[in-house]
Amino acid sequence: MIAKIIVTPKPVVNDPQGITVRQGLASLGFTEISDVRVGKYIEVNLEASSEHEARERVEAMCRQLLANHVIEDFRFDIEADGHRRR
Amino acid sequence: MRFGVVVFPGTWSDRDCGWVIDQVVGAELVYLWHKDADLKGCDCVILPGGFAYGDYLRTGAIARFAPVMEKIGQFADRGGLVWGICNGFQILCESGLLPGALIRNASLEFRCQWTNLVVERTDLAFTSNCEEREVIRIPISHGEGNYFADPATLSRLEQRGQVVFRYCDVNGKVGPGANPNGSLHNIAGIVNARGNVLGMMPHPERCAEAELGGTDGLKLFRSVAENALKVLVS
Repeated sequence: MIAKIIVTPKPVVNDPQGITVRQGLASLGFTEISDVRVGKYIEVNLEASSEHEARERVEAMCRQLLANHVIEDFRFDIEADGHRRR
Repeated sequence: MRFGVVVFPGTWSDRDCGWVIDQVVGAELVYLWHKDADLKGCDCVILPGGFAYGDYLRTGAIARFAPVMEKIGQFADRGGLVWGICNGFQILCESGLLPGALIRNASLEFRCQWTNLVVERTDLAFTSNCEEREVIRIPISHGEGNYFADPATLSRLEQRGQVVFRYCDVNGKVGPGANPNGSLHNIAGIVNARGNVLGMMPHPERCAEAELGGTDGLKLFRSVAENALKVLVS
């Protein structure tokens, strides 16, 4: 299976990268933007007997290493790997 | 007093710290390789600046798994002195030995400059040679030194007097103009509740000789070398 994990700065954490990207987009004329947050995307390939088990394992990975709970939130999707079509 | 300086792959301030300990202060020095789960009888362990493990994932995130870190956690629990400087502060936060986190500077710039710090605790092994509310001048050199903690943690730190250094102007006034990185409450360094684990972003090892433009950093090294045992037993 493959876990597609997104880690983002918590809403209460000031995100200077997001602010700077927003200003850059605004200077290109994308003035409709109210906010930009910059985070990380992580893919983890793993073996699991069920999606439920994979979810538990990935949740633990995020809590213990992939995200820092002080400053970041995380969310993820689990997909069967290989044959998925977009 | 024997100092141990930890070396991770990517650490670069180990030799600067070692030079001050060995050549300037004249204390005993050993280097501690990250793979060795042995503190070699040190009384004070320094986690120096640099980019341990390339700062992969987050600053300090991978370093906390090094064998030496488990020993450092046990050493801190026994009351041993642990001193994290710059990347070392980031590692201490990631390891949970200190609360909070260091995030990207508000300016998004790497800042390498002199800063003024007001010393708010002088009863610690690390600061016993400083005067009450003394302003010391120590350089910073980091891209991610913006201290963040949730409001409850921050107010607990303040109530317990765990903020040791705050960025200020030359007169000791703390304000946004003196804040180089966006740190909450102008925090430059904090200590754990017990007072034996210090984390700070500024680099005292870079200002321990007049040739380097200042000697205020030496006060901290001398505090540990000369007074640590007195402070710890008092």
